[in-house]
Amino acid sequence: MDTDFTADLTIMEEGTEFIKRVTSGGVLPMITSCSPGWIKYIEMYYPDLLAHLSTCKSPQQMFGALAKTFYAEKKGIDPANIYSVSIMPCTAKKFEAQRDELTDSGYQDVDVVLTTRELGRMLREIGVDWDSLPEENYDDPMGLSTGAAVIFGATGGVMEAAVRTVYEILTKQPLPDINLTPVRGMEGIKEATLKVGDLDVKVAVAHTLGNARKLLDKIRAGEADYHFIEIMCCPGGCIGGGGQPIPTNLDVRLKRIAGTYKADEELPLRKSHENPAITAIYEQFLGEPLGEKSHKLLHTFYVPRGVYSKPEGLPDKVPSDDHH
Amino acid sequence: MATVSLTIDNVKVEVEQGSTILEAAKQIGVNIPTLCYMKDINAIGACRICVVEVQGARALQAACVSPVAEGMVVKTNSAAVRASRKMTLELIQSNHPQECNTCQRNTNCELQALSEAMALGDIRFVRPAQSHSKDDIDNSSPSIVRDPRKCILCRRCVAVCEKVQGVKCISTMNRGFETVVAPPFNQSLNDVNCAMCGQCSLVCPTGAIVEVDDTGKVWRALDDANKHVVVQTAPAVRVAIAEEFGMEPGTLAQASWWQPSPPRL
Amino acid sequence: MGAECKCNCEQDKSLDALFAQNKGNPNGLIVVMAAIQESQGYLPKDYLVKTAEELGVPLSDVYGVATFYAAFSLRPRGRHSVNLCLGTACYVKGAPEVQAMLEKEMGIKAGNTTEDRRFSLDLVRCLGACGIAPVLTVNGEVYPRMSSDKVSEIIAKYE
Repeated sequence: MDTDFTADLTIMEEGTEFIKRVTSGGVLPMITSCSPGWIKYIEMYYPDLLAHLSTCKSPQQMFGALAKTFYAEKKGIDPANIYSVSIMPCTAKKFEAQRDELTDSGYQDVDVVLTTRELGRMLREIGVDWDSLPEENYDDPMGLSTGAAVIFGATGGVMEAAVRTVYEILTKQPLPDINLTPVRGMEGIKEATLKVGDLDVKVAVAHTLGNARKLLDKIRAGEADYHFIEIMCCPGGCIGGGGQPIPTNLDVRLKRIAGTYKADEELPLRKSHENPAITAIYEQFLGEPLGEKSHKLLHTFYVPRGVYSKPEGLPDKVPSDDHH
Repeated sequence: MATVSLTIDNVKVEVEQGSTILEAAKQIGVNIPTLCYMKDINAIGACRICVVEVQGARALQAACVSPVAEGMVVKTNSAAVRASRKMTLELIQSNHPQECNTCQRNTNCELQALSEAMALGDIRFVRPAQSHSKDDIDNSSPSIVRDPRKCILCRRCVAVCEKVQGVKCISTMNRGFETVVAPPFNQSLNDVNCAMCGQCSLVCPTGAIVEVDDTGKVWRALDDANKHVVVQTAPAVRVAIAEEFGMEPGTLAQASWWQPSPPRL
Repeated sequence: MGAECKCNCEQDKSLDALFAQNKGNPNGLIVVMAAIQESQGYLPKDYLVKTAEELGVPLSDVYGVATFYAAFSLRPRGRHSVNLCLGTACYVKGAPEVQAMLEKEMGIKAGNTTEDRRFSLDLVRCLGACGIAPVLTVNGEVYPRMSSDKVSEIIAKYE
């Protein structure tokens, strides 16, 4: 099935969370939380700012939790027998999958993570002929996704996907231009301001931890007047992840980014909230975004770590009242 | 923009002032072999593979760090240059485990590729004791494995961790034959401020830093009749997996005529 | 500094001023490390972590510098620095035998410090006094024309 399905789900949860923070004085700017290298970084270097993170799990982890609950129920399979594998462009996802708190299904939600390189080796091991592979869709019930989901792989993609949904939920109108080009591309830090109803929503996108640091220093100094920030650990976003094929250089990153936005353009569905499989999983299983079941399975907490030693005066987990 | 004229391999070339010999040569289609060099990440003249002859210079110059000068005359493949490169490569190999067949970077290793291209026929200087042993392998973290035996000390990993990520959890320690790229105080990666991002494994020219290989676990699960294996694939994988089969980056590995079937729920 | 710090660096006021002067200044690294080495006799880990935090230098760099220079020691040094020259002239005149006797008497291998921190034994390169080879120095004091039978008497002089 497809991580892109849970990417759409992430947008529903995170979009709702964002709207809630904006309308009820929650901690702003809100910062995305799907990049585990980024999460470890902020836990080490800026543990005092963890409240800014969205409490949403990454799409990988949302999928894992649902695979051993929703999917298991649907298919009548004992979740103890489900072995949940994810294929990721990322080495930090291996670290993420074994985090103690990511066991909301009652089991380790994601059992093992393979990088793109490892998948390549497995396919070569059994002599797969690339050109003769038949075309198939992803399996249901977690296989249908949108262009908003596929652009998660590029820096700026999560932000753009979120905006496509949040804008429509708040204004009841579609975005004048579905392509949020100011947040696309290899520029280290990108900014955009959108008029959403009466509100001027200011967003920022950063990729690489070096650029993340600049935005975080701004937040610490009280100078970050953004509402929403997307941070990706790797240059170019996930397409430039540590587990991707070698070589990965600027030229390669640009081509992967181009492929990503092309895929988005060619997909019939391009907004997460228009995905019928997403509507269905809320109706049949989760209830509503940020509801009790969603909170249990799709949200998490973070751990202040410090760089060389655990920092004093900070709680053991953030949010500290998280009941996971 | 100020320009400089120089001659490389008898070809006149005009380049921007401040360019290196390596960059200038590339403009005329001369790809001087390199090992430690990585554009925008690492240009430190460490490996000495990219050395070239510069007329009037006392010694061979590392092209990746030598700025061009007006009227410079450069030879990139004279007998002296080729001999020096080959000797350097032979010395690097003399301190490198000869384990290509069982290495995770077999067929995709820059040291291997260079040895092939330079027709390295023999490695004469084998030290009785290598700088590092299998005991130095660090597989403490769930994400990344370090094998200092295979490290050629190019410092690309340190550069990426420092300049791109601003973390620098690894650096060069000790000196001489004892030099090693490692976390401080002989700690393992899992115990220090590593973000697990793996950018180091992405830039490493050899198998010194690689991703943890979990394929065995997946094979076993697939072979286990009692296990129901569920797989999810990230968005960024589908625009890159084709590269593992020699295709262009950005080739989309997803049904091109996507027909959303009504979800069977 | 972190609740786990068990060193006495908080009480070591002599270094406080230096840390304050070099706060956020990576260029002060060697000066600070040299002062710690001078004050403590070696570079304790907790001091190096504090150096990293105060100066804004990654700990991996601090440790890299500590391991690069022979002047820095990561292990406690002895009260008395015993250096045996192993340069060519000393070597052919019998320095290895002197080394063997020193190691036997002290109970340690060269490059280490005795358990009671009385002696640190190091092998060094040519001291430039080849006419009086083999040469031994203790705290800078020169002992010429060494032989293994002179070792016992010499080291007994140092408490």
